[in-house]
Amino acid sequence: MKAGKYIPVALLALVLIGIQQLTQMTGTVYYLTQMTMTAYYALLVIGLCLVMGYAGQISLGHAGFFAIGGYTSAVLTTYNLTPLLEKGNVLISFMQASGVLVTRQSLYGQTLLSVHPWPACIVALILATAIAFLIGIPVLKLKGHYLAMATLGFGIIIYRVALASEIFGQADGISAVPGFVLLPDLIVSGDFNNRVQNYYIACSTLIIGFLLLQNLIDSRVGRALRAIHGSEEAANAMGVNTTRYKLYTFVLSAVFAALAGILLTHYNGGIGPSEAGIMKSVRYVAIVAIGGMANLWGALTMAAILNFLSLRGMFGSYDDAVFGSILIIIMLFAPNGLLRLPIWQFFKKSPAGK
Amino acid sequence: MTSQLFFQYLVAGITYGSIYAIVAIGFNIIYNTTGIINFAQGEFVMLGGMLAISLHSMLPLPLAIGLAVLITMLIGALIEIIFIRWLKSPSILRMIIITIGISILIREAALHVWGEGVRSLPYFNGNEITTIQLWGTNISPQVLWVISVCSIIVLLLSIFFKYTSLGQEMRACAANRLAATLCGISTKNMVTFSFMLSAGIGALAGCVVSPITYTQYDSGTGLAIKGFTVAVLGGLGNSMAAVAAGILLGIIEAFSVSVVPLAFQDAISIALLLLILFIRPHGLFGSKEAAGLKDF
Amino acid sequence: MRRFFLSAVTVLALWAMAIFIALPTAVAQAKSIKVGAILAETGGASNLGGPEARTIKMQVEQINAKGGINGDTIELIVKDSGSTPEKAISFAKQLIEEEKVLAILGPSTSGETMAIKQICEDGKTILLSCAAAEKIVNPVAKYVFKTPQKDSYAVKKIYMEMQKMGIAKIAVLAGNDGFGMAGKEQLEAIAPEMGIQIVAAEVYDKGATDLSAVVAKIKANTEIQAVVNWSIVPAQAIVVKNIRQAGWNVPIFQSHGFGNLKYVEAAGAAAEGLIFPAGRLLIADTLPADHQQKNILTQYSTEYQTKFQEPASTFGGHGYDAIMILAEAMKKAGSSDSEKVRNAIENLQGFVGTAGIFNFSPADHNGLDIESFAMLTVKDGKFVQYNEPPVLKTISVVK
Repeated sequence: MKAGKYIPVALLALVLIGIQQLTQMTGTVYYLTQMTMTAYYALLVIGLCLVMGYAGQISLGHAGFFAIGGYTSAVLTTYNLTPLLEKGNVLISFMQASGVLVTRQSLYGQTLLSVHPWPACIVALILATAIAFLIGIPVLKLKGHYLAMATLGFGIIIYRVALASEIFGQADGISAVPGFVLLPDLIVSGDFNNRVQNYYIACSTLIIGFLLLQNLIDSRVGRALRAIHGSEEAANAMGVNTTRYKLYTFVLSAVFAALAGILLTHYNGGIGPSEAGIMKSVRYVAIVAIGGMANLWGALTMAAILNFLSLRGMFGSYDDAVFGSILIIIMLFAPNGLLRLPIWQFFKKSPAGK
Repeated sequence: MTSQLFFQYLVAGITYGSIYAIVAIGFNIIYNTTGIINFAQGEFVMLGGMLAISLHSMLPLPLAIGLAVLITMLIGALIEIIFIRWLKSPSILRMIIITIGISILIREAALHVWGEGVRSLPYFNGNEITTIQLWGTNISPQVLWVISVCSIIVLLLSIFFKYTSLGQEMRACAANRLAATLCGISTKNMVTFSFMLSAGIGALAGCVVSPITYTQYDSGTGLAIKGFTVAVLGGLGNSMAAVAAGILLGIIEAFSVSVVPLAFQDAISIALLLLILFIRPHGLFGSKEAAGLKDF
Repeated sequence: MRRFFLSAVTVLALWAMAIFIALPTAVAQAKSIKVGAILAETGGASNLGGPEARTIKMQVEQINAKGGINGDTIELIVKDSGSTPEKAISFAKQLIEEEKVLAILGPSTSGETMAIKQICEDGKTILLSCAAAEKIVNPVAKYVFKTPQKDSYAVKKIYMEMQKMGIAKIAVLAGNDGFGMAGKEQLEAIAPEMGIQIVAAEVYDKGATDLSAVVAKIKANTEIQAVVNWSIVPAQAIVVKNIRQAGWNVPIFQSHGFGNLKYVEAAGAAAEGLIFPAGRLLIADTLPADHQQKNILTQYSTEYQTKFQEPASTFGGHGYDAIMILAEAMKKAGSSDSEKVRNAIENLQGFVGTAGIFNFSPADHNGLDIESFAMLTVKDGKFVQYNEPPVLKTISVVK
């Protein structure tokens, strides 16, 4: 069933289109706001699912990569370069001549000269990749609690740096981030008029990411990863370069996180240090766990439901409490995720083929 | 740097360090008997402080602390019995996530019971501005309390694990669970007991540090991270090393303030931790072999 | 095949969600005006958002019990942002488009306020922020107002007091939250014109356990004549305590973020003699009977104290001002039309609130002047009006 694996994804795309049509018909288009935000968080979660579920490595620092992407893009696209240009900075004039910079009007009519979102986005992704490589090489040598602690530590450092540096706006974070003009007439921004467009941008990014991961998992890489998860020593003995596979998946998931950070920052028009906080990282890990670890569909569903309800403010002041409870209950009674509960066996016609 | 300033930094470092160390000890006990890191340890510290503060409004201080420690021990035991006891050989990842979940639940419960306000126990001796002259610098008597309680706990623990039969059983459980079971030791009860013990130590720590650091519903998380850092720095499972590593980290943090802005203090101590993890994952004071044997 | 079923489940779940969200929202009731509030009831800024949320709920209950405004009752929708901008953004959009609220009260922190400022402008919805940072209303945005006093006035008040005491060189310690950073900025900006020099500056975290190292660092600088400790989190009490423990008898100035009796209790004996600017809410009972604010301040602080069993703080006061300004403007406008109410707020004159007397104008969306601050001090664990130290007075008499 080579082509068969695309059917569920196609179904998902149909459902996402259906949801948009439904909101249009019932006049509840505003739900798309939270769904768009949810889609970006889900993008991060499926990336983390690859690292945790398939390569078997916990990462309690993925909010750090989200923040690296978001903050880099936010700083570059909001930092006003006009004073530097007026001082005759050669580099800036060169950048302006090569079309990397754009001018725009601020809320108060001031003219700002800053980096165009496209180059900013590329810089942010390169930075995230580089940091993921640098941190990944030593960190992925660790196991168990040490790995958890090291990734947690990485997340804390990013949070602290964001909170302490003036360029990152300290506690206030960065606001007034402009929209991301992907193509003319295709803009990632929180503008009320762009909502439907943004919903589709977010959903297509998510689906493309999902397809990419699904193909990866079904390929040689995926088999190698599962071998690592089973037993790293055995995989090694069979000639799988475990270190390299672990590192590549880690970097790939960091890129997913950074991309989610970049797009959501432009969509929200800002980013704050809370996006880099420990609680966020814990949340992502928990969603992957609730979804059933090595289960992209599970991670996707759980990320969609939990983030959506949380962003809607459904749980009020009990947001974290509800989350903690779900986490414990699922880890206790369904450690392989909700979608792997024995109850689903009922629907299976035959035992799953290899 | 004048010698007076040097001693001021030193005393400040010892203050931080003793707080970190007393939190770190609790981690080690559960780690030793179960091989899991209890991410809810910081919440025991917070609970101890909060309970003692509430009880202190009607009881004298020593009684309030004693009762708070007892209640927290009971909560620790309950948590183990309800959430952990019946799991069949859970993976590390699953345990990490469960204890994280427990910590979130305790914190949220505390928020709704005690509110978001800040509270503190009174100073055990004197008040907020009482100090003792030491090496030409001032030190709060409460810091001496923290250090003494910390030393007494370490001392009592080593006596307990070496000379009492219960302690020996717990050690057996840590060294080889299966062998311990075969010898007729109820490993399950040992795990429950280790949760009680570390909850009690955490609660006591929470009471002693409360006058210095204050207690708020979310104060456990920050303390837990520092405690965890120190436990790993010293070498997981080794309480004596945790105290040494705690004091060392405290002193490094204090002196780091003299060169870099305070805002980066935490980033520095965590970066240090990462460095240690990369080059000496068994900790500063642990040896590879000892880490393999897991002794107290 | 297994994957097929997994995906089918996913798809079903998403459909279920779709049906759930498509359900018609609660039918709008006649004669009730929706007002939103985005407050940090939990999270890092919960010591601000908590009292604000309690106060606003209490005031709305009272307003509705008295028959509402212009015959309409207020339907309050409180959203807990958990002190995070991304939730504040989501909630702001939700309140504006979905609930179509007349106004949004809060958020509690300047970071969240700045994050939703543009959204409220685009959505033409009134925002009455409870955060202090000056950049919220400077430059002025059409729909954005704020109720706490300006940082720059607090700074000027402190510097004026320093000038009287002959202090020229100071150290600044600030919290690393939005309040602390905004204050530090103003302290640094205004210092030169007031002849004050900041010789050391540090920031500390809300989770700080002890700050004696940084106190030692600052104390080692013998030039320093006074310390300004600008923060809104409980850790500010640790600073004060550590300074006194180090045996350092330097004058300490606090910010208006110190206006919570819990902080005084936390600092205990070390809090004695601290000097800070604040609204008069904290000294309501000692105000002269003919003071303009006397009635409302005593009324609010007694009601809050009786209802919630804790002393009223200036943060709760900011929430009080936000809802009461809105209510007053609705009365003045005689309608609940967004534009009319906005204009009414902008033209509101002489409104007596907890923070001071508000006089709004198109150029000033804060409306408070420097006189809204009084200098307070702590005596025997209570807030009292600060009078110039007797020592200085005797010197001037000798002269």
